[in-house]
Amino acid sequence: MPRSATASLAALNGVSRLSELTRTPADQTVGRVLPVLDGLADLLPWGGLRRGSTVVVRGSTTLLLALLAAATVNGSWAAVVGVPDLGLLAAAELGVVVHRLALVPQPGEQLLAVTGALLDGFDLVAVRQAGELREADARRLSARARNRGAVLVPFGQWPGADLELDCTGRWSGLGEGHGYLRQREVVVRSRGRGAAARGNQVRLVLPGQDGIALPVPTQAELRRVLP
Amino acid sequence: MTVRTLVVWCPDWPVTAALSTAGLDQQVPAAVFAANRVVACSAAARAEGVRRGDRRRTAQGRCPELVVFEEDLERDARVFEPVAAAVERLATGIEVVRPGLVALPVRGPVGYFGSEQAVAERLIDQVAGEQGVECQVGIADGLYAATLAARTGLVVPAGGSAEFLAPLGIAELDQPAERRGPERAALVDLLRRLGLRTLGAFAALTERDVASRFGADGVCAHRLARGAEERPPSRRRPPDDLGVTQTPDPPLDRVDAAAFAARALAESLHDKLAAVGLACTRLGVHARTEHGEELGRVWRCAEPLTPTGIADRVRWQLDGWLRAEDRPTAGLVRLWLVPEEVVDATALQLGLWHGGAEDPGTGAERAGRALVRVQGLLGPEGVFTGVLGGGRGPSDRVRAVPWGEQRLPSADPDAPWPGRLPAPSPATVPAEPVAVEVLDDSAAPVGVTGRHVLTGAPAQVVLGGGPPRAVLAWAGPWSAEERWWERERRRSRLQVVLDDAEQTALLLVREDKRWTVEGIYD
Repeated sequence: MPRSATASLAALNGVSRLSELTRTPADQTVGRVLPVLDGLADLLPWGGLRRGSTVVVRGSTTLLLALLAAATVNGSWAAVVGVPDLGLLAAAELGVVVHRLALVPQPGEQLLAVTGALLDGFDLVAVRQAGELREADARRLSARARNRGAVLVPFGQWPGADLELDCTGRWSGLGEGHGYLRQREVVVRSRGRGAAARGNQVRLVLPGQDGIALPVPTQAELRRVLP
Repeated sequence: MTVRTLVVWCPDWPVTAALSTAGLDQQVPAAVFAANRVVACSAAARAEGVRRGDRRRTAQGRCPELVVFEEDLERDARVFEPVAAAVERLATGIEVVRPGLVALPVRGPVGYFGSEQAVAERLIDQVAGEQGVECQVGIADGLYAATLAARTGLVVPAGGSAEFLAPLGIAELDQPAERRGPERAALVDLLRRLGLRTLGAFAALTERDVASRFGADGVCAHRLARGAEERPPSRRRPPDDLGVTQTPDPPLDRVDAAAFAARALAESLHDKLAAVGLACTRLGVHARTEHGEELGRVWRCAEPLTPTGIADRVRWQLDGWLRAEDRPTAGLVRLWLVPEEVVDATALQLGLWHGGAEDPGTGAERAGRALVRVQGLLGPEGVFTGVLGGGRGPSDRVRAVPWGEQRLPSADPDAPWPGRLPAPSPATVPAEPVAVEVLDDSAAPVGVTGRHVLTGAPAQVVLGGGPPRAVLAWAGPWSAEERWWERERRRSRLQVVLDDAEQTALLLVREDKRWTVEGIYD
């Protein structure tokens, strides 16, 4: 009788056994780390995007979009500020759920206020600054992200970042008048503070064939979010 | 049981409306044309021999000074609205059947004014006095009989509709102004050829015979001819005035004072809407300054507005106006809010509990609030979400929709799009096209022939006047001839990889004999 009672209790939504709760330290941080595509997880010291951190991306818009993809699939909202030429189609092909991706293409002089407001409501905010943001303001935005539990993803230079990702790569699939751009092998180097100070380097196929980054998000994940 | 109906009819309404819009005298010979045929003409034109259905040339031949107007149904309706309002001041529950024709159940006004004759006189005086428009009134059982009675300004006694209609010609079944379409005209023609020349003769047939021979439209016409009701007038309720106005004194010129005013105004608008069970989804904020400048903007919202939501938007808008570079030259002396679009207030059902972290709505709700805040900073056109649709190029397939508006794709995404590029798509799509030159081995420009073939192999690319850069690999062209039915658009796309350290990959597009960069694969 007690066995079946435990089983029926554990089957309820939101109820779990004590053993499940204390199994591994990684499980305890679930909810504090936003998921990323599998290939990128090796790159990040927390196995995902830690809430409150500032992760700088350089050299590839595709990498930026790939970072956002898995989190939006999981229900998080993402915003991109100051990138009027973002290719949304590429974002969708990488697995980003576009209806949870808000764009503020021309923040103009209100960049600081807009980014601050978005950090209050979004899990992920990517910013490309046109250069007029002062260092103190940039640090203030990082602090706000830390305070609100959002992830700030600046594109370009940013002072005091927790992690910096640099991307270089080359395309394959195109020949002398035949074929088409199929996939791109990239090398992403990460460097940062704390656990990431040692630096890391991974090779990825990004975007992979048919536009989806490798490794691909599972069919079950895709099915859950697509209406 | 037919309802005793009164009809106020303004003869030749399209002409009256056109003349008054043009500011001309009503006595001028004038006619309104649709598809080169007269649809309506003024009494003066009729006296000169102009008839409905005449060609323009014929009409102008008969009456050289004829003023010609194009048919405009919106103008007719717009000019008629004050006339309908004038009638409404004497009698409630009116129905505007079409511009120029108002119907109302006669019982109420008769009870008030004493007799049907008195009501008719009062209405004619009212319309002529207030709007300066001539009209005629007819009273009969049923809308159709009353409309015909209005032609001659007749009051048909109760129960006498069938008798009144009987001697009228069968052609009266097809009133041109009602736009019944060719079936009714064909029916009238058929009845006439069958020897049924009057409405009475048609009404004498049994309904069963009519139904078996002439179909549904025949039955409907038969009911009219017998003087039976087609349908009762559908009474209109005067639209509630839902706007709220405030006249601040002293004039508003400071942001903090504006914020205070916004709060009070929002509360009163919300109360007014809530009293009639509505909530607002599009809010018009308007202001007038001491110097008579008028400012206005409409805010669209994804969900019905709460009092706080209204107050926020009004405050942001006033903030925007008072802080702008070209701020108004004087303080605001009049503020008014107009709910441009309302929905049933049940749509604004606030949750009893604001769900916990598991609630899937919360993330969206938080994000929505942040986006509305950003719209307050940048204006409603500052925040977008994308919708993927059909198309060939990376920019054609995406439509940016301002936050709060309906997310509709620009073209059907499921249709086949031959000439579409295979995935992956460029991650950067320049908002402004970047001019580029494509050269072959001998530094001659590369073009695309009429048969979609490149005139040479691309060897060099000159980006925006910079130094030529060698091409490492290329493929294409992907060609498409789009929209040949309006403005032909021939486009050819080319993928190139440049021979530099980063191996830049570009998507080039050729249109109007010019290459531009459409996408950068980065």
